[in-house]
Amino acid sequence: MTDRTDVILRVAGVSVEYAARRPTRAVRDVSFELRRGEVLGIAGESGCGKSTLAYAIARLLRPPARLTAGSITFYPAHGEPLDLMALTEDQLREFRWTRVAMVFQGAMNTLNPVTSIGRQFGDIFAAHRKDMDAAARARRTSELLEMVGIDPRRAHGFPHELSGGMRQRVGIAMALALEPELVIMDEPTTALDVVVQREILDEIERLREEFGFSVVFITHDLSLLLEISDRLAVMYAGQIVEYAPTELIGAAAGGPGQSSSAPAHPYTQGLLGSFPDMRGERRELHGIPGSPPDLRADAPGCPFAPRCPFAFDPCHTTPPPVLPVPGRAEGWLAACHLVIEQASRARQHDHA
Amino acid sequence: MTTLEVDDLVVDFRLRGGESLRAVNHCSFGINQGETLALVGESGSGKSTVVRALGQLLRPTAGTVLLDGKPPGRRGRALRAYRKRVQLIFQDPFASLNPMHTVRHHLARPILMLHPGHSRASLDEEVAALLRSVNLTPAEEIAAKYPHELSGGQRQRVAIARSLASGPDVLLADEPVSMLDVSIRLEILNLLDRLKRERNLALLYVTHDLATARHFSAHIMVMYRGEIVEHGPSDEVILRPSHPYTQLLASAAPDPAASRAELAQARRARQAARAAVR
Amino acid sequence: MTAQTITAPPDADVRRGAGRLRETFRSGRLIAGVSITGFFVLLAIIGPFFAANPNKLSTATYQAPSAAHWLGTTQTGQDVFAQLVVSARASLEIGVGAGLIATVISILIGITGGYLGGVVDEALSLVSNVFLVIPTFPLIIVTFAYVRQGNLTALILVIALTSWAASARVLRAQTLSIRNREYVLAARAAGERAWRIILVEILPNELPIIVSQFIFAMIFAILTQATIAFLGVVDVSQLTWGNMLYFAWNDEALQSGAWWWFIPPGVCIALLGMGLALINFSLDELLNPRLRIYRSGKAAS
Repeated sequence: MTDRTDVILRVAGVSVEYAARRPTRAVRDVSFELRRGEVLGIAGESGCGKSTLAYAIARLLRPPARLTAGSITFYPAHGEPLDLMALTEDQLREFRWTRVAMVFQGAMNTLNPVTSIGRQFGDIFAAHRKDMDAAARARRTSELLEMVGIDPRRAHGFPHELSGGMRQRVGIAMALALEPELVIMDEPTTALDVVVQREILDEIERLREEFGFSVVFITHDLSLLLEISDRLAVMYAGQIVEYAPTELIGAAAGGPGQSSSAPAHPYTQGLLGSFPDMRGERRELHGIPGSPPDLRADAPGCPFAPRCPFAFDPCHTTPPPVLPVPGRAEGWLAACHLVIEQASRARQHDHA
Repeated sequence: MTTLEVDDLVVDFRLRGGESLRAVNHCSFGINQGETLALVGESGSGKSTVVRALGQLLRPTAGTVLLDGKPPGRRGRALRAYRKRVQLIFQDPFASLNPMHTVRHHLARPILMLHPGHSRASLDEEVAALLRSVNLTPAEEIAAKYPHELSGGQRQRVAIARSLASGPDVLLADEPVSMLDVSIRLEILNLLDRLKRERNLALLYVTHDLATARHFSAHIMVMYRGEIVEHGPSDEVILRPSHPYTQLLASAAPDPAASRAELAQARRARQAARAAVR
Repeated sequence: MTAQTITAPPDADVRRGAGRLRETFRSGRLIAGVSITGFFVLLAIIGPFFAANPNKLSTATYQAPSAAHWLGTTQTGQDVFAQLVVSARASLEIGVGAGLIATVISILIGITGGYLGGVVDEALSLVSNVFLVIPTFPLIIVTFAYVRQGNLTALILVIALTSWAASARVLRAQTLSIRNREYVLAARAAGERAWRIILVEILPNELPIIVSQFIFAMIFAILTQATIAFLGVVDVSQLTWGNMLYFAWNDEALQSGAWWWFIPPGVCIALLGMGLALINFSLDELLNPRLRIYRSGKAAS
């Protein structure tokens, strides 16, 4: 297993439910680890639970959403591990933004349209760094804006005066204002043009190199994650179906598990195939037929089975547990009966 | 063979305060039956304005649109005749269907407008046939549903079926898959491609995604700030772009095939370039 | 490529007609509102068959409530309860009649102006704004000074004509928003005619707000009638709650301590208004999912 001191965030068995007449189980028994200085990419489509998971980690869940199981432990660089669910209001306030910060989808959500940008930075400092006087706050705000490539004079202006890309940069600067150890980014570039998206990503990478914070990067754009993340977690129907070092996953032809770099889970394979290679050969392209399941129903078996081209008997009746994939690098996990079958076949082969 | 030609199109919008914004600046191009032309651009490039102008949802400030050499009528029967042959598919599957009406209503209307004398039974049969042509089965069940009971992909299929109801020759698809889940985008694009081949349609595929533009169309047009900056065969435009903006677009797109080292190198080059500019 | 069967997501949130209504009927507000309003409707319809003659004079003046007269008598010996029951019908007729007419006018002017835009919209907006700005009560009083007829029809028409403007503005704003939605654009692109688009595409989407406006108009009509009756502006021979209040005031019921004369009509007006308002609020909950309160389970943070 991983070295304990290397881990900055450990999520174990987390489940989140939205209360209703028929509750929606948005996140089901999710576990993963984030190592210090790493970028963990969480990939999935709409309704897979990735945003809910992000909010759960940041303890931003609002009723009717609530955590029904599991634990989230944060290991700061200095000090004792913190059980995030056990923090009191005061501890939480101290914890938020100084240790863990969040960049939201569409900076429209983060920025107050009727308050100046400088004032919004000022609010952060007033809440967490009461010892800073007005001059110090203004200085730090200018520093932060320059850091993300925005003219410091913009601090006097309002969010609507900035373009979408610039607003997102402000959102990132605000997240980094108190030098957190972990930044959670929920679809930070989805609403932006490809060119601006590239700039923002480069910016994030540069800041990461300079300050060394860890990142949980959530998006539906798998091709993007392949570029920037160190580890990849693929979510489907509230569960993590594949978890692997990114460098080792490559687009591969053929069925899953046939080469040592292909994704082990059929959903990851299908998702990867949905991003055609712009410069590659022209070939027949296929997505994944069908649509994601209704999270209020408790269907037996694997949630991906109805859409899976490789589904066989156990897939419809027994949910597959998350297990290491045989023959791959350490820490490569997948929840798939095919993997389990290959593992048992490999064991038989060894015994034979 | 049907052709839709656009000649020197100009669209100006009048803003508050008397100023005017030129959204489309002297664009000319043509689409032929059986072909897909991709129109690629970022938001604000004017590509949606071009589609709306071609769909007669707004009046161009200057320039002409010719369908088989003839301009579309401005009103009445002539305009309706143009609309039967040139159909639009919108971007937002949640907004392009009226939440108060069933799927059957959405499809029956254009059919009735074309052939007012349909009996109830033959109308149902036509609606079912349309739904089957976009792979929405069982057709009778789907026809009775309301839009909020369908998934995004299904709604977009209904929108496509609706556009086919009048038997058009030209389909203008304005970012038809941008708001759909990634894994179902390709299926919808494959559907459009198949329909284009089967019915010999001229398809204008408007998108910001270069990758699908390359794979689904024979020619690509790149728009930037209201102008067409590049227009050529897909492989040429993507693999050997000549205009700096196209080069920028191509380099900004994620490249899953590149290795870590290559990506890091590219990033450092970009950062150096930006620092030089600042 | 073989045709694949793609069925709808299983048990998608089917909140069609009956299912939705059934859930809303659990709402306490709706039950209360419907009960109160329903009670008055019943009273109006069948009450008069059971009550005594409201106009019958007698010598038993200013009697407190008793077995013979459930709500006592007026200064002229008339049975208050009988009057109350018969007035219910008139008040409801005014409410429904004026409310309906006002709503229809506001639909015609608001939606047409909003959709067509341009000169037509400017003209219709001007008309709406003029009617909005003129003070309602002075207008009604002046109108009745000319009309001099206290009958129900005149009353309904005058109230309707002075109260449609606000609703028209609301509907116009709503129409402006819907007009640019893509399904309307799609209908235009398909070549539908304007009147069909208004009727088939836009109007159904505005139904919730139209129903709400109608209920408001009803409340307003009933209250307005009561007010102008109390002021003595109209012919008071008609039996309405407002007229009862006028007579009670005129015949010094307050000073005589004859609370049974003026409190019941006031309470009835207030109750009916409240019942209609409760229905209006619960409709809101029906149509806007965000207002729904989840009654199941305790939500922990």
